[in-house]
Amino acid sequence: MKILIQGGRVIDPASGLDRFSDVAVAAGRVVAIGGAPADFHANKTIDATGCVVAPGLVDLAVRLREPGHEHARMLQSEMAAAVAGGVTSLVCPPDTDPVLDEPGLVEMLRFRSEKLHQCRVFPLGALTRGLRGEVLTEMVSLTQAGCIGFGQADVPLPTLQILLRALQYASTFGYTVWLRPQDRDLGTGVVASGPLATRMGLSGVPVAAETIAIFSIVELMRLAGARVHLCRISSAAGLELVRKAKAEGLPLTCDVSIHSLHLIDTDIGYFDSRSHLKPPLRQQRDRDAIGRALADGTIDALVSDHSPVDEDQKTLPFAESEAGASAVELLLGMALQWAEAGGVELRRALQVLTSAPADIVAGGQDAARGGAGRLSVGGVADLCVYDPQAEWVIGADTLRSQGKHTPFSGYAMRSKVRCTIVGGYLAFEA
Amino acid sequence: MLYRRNPQLNKNGELVHLLSIEGLPASILRQLLDTAESFVSVNDREVKKVPLLRGRSVFNLFFENSTRTRTTFEIAAKRLSADVINLDIARSSASKGESLLDTIANLSAMAADIFVVRHGESGAPYLIAKHVAPHVHVINAGDGRHAHPTQGLLDMFTIRHYKKDFSNLTVAIVGDVLHSRVARSDIHGLTTLGAAEVRVVGPKTLVPSDLAQMGVRVCHNLKEGIRDCDVIITLRLQNERMSGALLPSAQEYSMSYGLSREVLQLAKPDAIVMHPGPINRGVEIDSAVVDGVQSVILPQVTFGIAVRMAVMSLVAGNDAN
Repeated sequence: MKILIQGGRVIDPASGLDRFSDVAVAAGRVVAIGGAPADFHANKTIDATGCVVAPGLVDLAVRLREPGHEHARMLQSEMAAAVAGGVTSLVCPPDTDPVLDEPGLVEMLRFRSEKLHQCRVFPLGALTRGLRGEVLTEMVSLTQAGCIGFGQADVPLPTLQILLRALQYASTFGYTVWLRPQDRDLGTGVVASGPLATRMGLSGVPVAAETIAIFSIVELMRLAGARVHLCRISSAAGLELVRKAKAEGLPLTCDVSIHSLHLIDTDIGYFDSRSHLKPPLRQQRDRDAIGRALADGTIDALVSDHSPVDEDQKTLPFAESEAGASAVELLLGMALQWAEAGGVELRRALQVLTSAPADIVAGGQDAARGGAGRLSVGGVADLCVYDPQAEWVIGADTLRSQGKHTPFSGYAMRSKVRCTIVGGYLAFEA
Repeated sequence: MLYRRNPQLNKNGELVHLLSIEGLPASILRQLLDTAESFVSVNDREVKKVPLLRGRSVFNLFFENSTRTRTTFEIAAKRLSADVINLDIARSSASKGESLLDTIANLSAMAADIFVVRHGESGAPYLIAKHVAPHVHVINAGDGRHAHPTQGLLDMFTIRHYKKDFSNLTVAIVGDVLHSRVARSDIHGLTTLGAAEVRVVGPKTLVPSDLAQMGVRVCHNLKEGIRDCDVIITLRLQNERMSGALLPSAQEYSMSYGLSREVLQLAKPDAIVMHPGPINRGVEIDSAVVDGVQSVILPQVTFGIAVRMAVMSLVAGNDAN
């Protein structure tokens, strides 16, 4: 299929390209930026006047609930939601049911997702079998099956010994270990520790739960020589540790969720379970530090942390409700809103959604470059065309995801995806 | 970030549910206390009944065990001529896997007018209040560590009864504030009604420094905490606090934070001593103090009935819309 995208503002954050021109796509690749070849006859022309043409988004944290929710056709709905949000590649955590700890499960997930012709799915394999923190998974076989890294999702490892060995084994083969830094024992609360937790009588997770975990991870990655990606940092103090480790030159990257970027603990209001999230929303100073760290590069990528939760699991008392929110359709808008409010340039806002997370997926291997997260002639045609001025209101009726819960419900968004192209295929058109 | 209205109040600012003292204006608290005052005399009459809630149904929904609170709610409802249904949920539908909201929906179908709810999770009554029909009222009888507003109100009633005015009072709340819904409701009541100083007293494991942001002074020393106080509220120490590594033993707690006659001398001579019950004699408070002249622990219980009558009659008279 040949597609011609006409008259848009073409931005490639990796190369710094930013100009108004046409983009021609054929055979899954970008064949021209600017004048299309003389023999190019488009089957489909997209008028992108007033729109931005950017690389497709790479979301490092999207729960598709498969395996586990096949009966609800969750894979279909969540992938449709992803492309509607401009996402062309996503990483899914291994805490599915059953856990992604066997090559067969990973192959099946990849097979089923490819058949849907929507976005690319990059599974994370479990670091330990069943995420139980006892036995390592067959990381080599899992990588052959398609895993791009290994992690424990939200399940902390029981001992530092296991963490050290997992890091050593993974680094033997150059695999990246993805960890959400939270101490197992201090991290059992449901909101951030602080005045709000005390006032509401909810159990808290202290900042120390995050800093202690980051400190342990950094010490052990130095020992093991491992590459680590920290998922969903939530505190200013945690970011300081990341900043130091990066300055030291350790192969450490990290991401933050759109929730921690925009919200704070008081947004929980009157026990609103839509704000029950992992990690919990912290205080104003943490949110401010997160915003600055995302701008200055301490935080590499912005993620949606999309976790669709059904109605029954959210209409429970706060602490009993399931953590998580539907978010993949909000990623782009929330990044643009952050940039606009904080005076961050558009190139950086798109970089944290595209080339930066794509590099993390590539795990430091150049072979994967020139592909996802970039917009260049000869490169893979994973593109997102959005209208930066189209307003819509976030709500159950405007979300495609089966999860209808988000703390951003009722917010006005000012940017809407017009179309999403994955490998030269028009996966979504509004 | 979006503005959300206090779910206890309707758009005219009238009380339709009682979920927490927090966020209620002083005028509503005074209205509740004044109404309770008028009901105290009902309890002294030969025929202890008024027809305010005749034909209405009050459902006592206790997801957590309670004897005292449930009984006083039952007496209060009956004195208002309501029909009272006691449901011990801990032993019925919840154990069969029925969800909280399904239980509420089923009971609503039985024409309930008021739900009195006790639940082990903070915030559970808010969830219920959000999902009931507009004519149904929810009264929080204790949720997790969050709030116990009727206990807070009866404490305010007791203090007002003995001290008349809040503006010159120094009040000390002693004990396990961290886990106490009573303490939180008392703090909100006292700060709203304008008490001069509220202190919370206990070890750092049970009295977190974050409490200061609720407008109280945090003390870790009992003598310092109760010096020149007008009111001392002692809190019950749960046995499970010892297993959670929060305290070494009840004996050691008693040594540092138990209210004895000697320590009580540091307070003002006319200070009153309160306790929400049930009491652990010899742990948080000595028998000599419980039974002493400064103790108002039993009047608290009596006032509790009038206060709960006031709460039920007031919310029942206000429409959610």
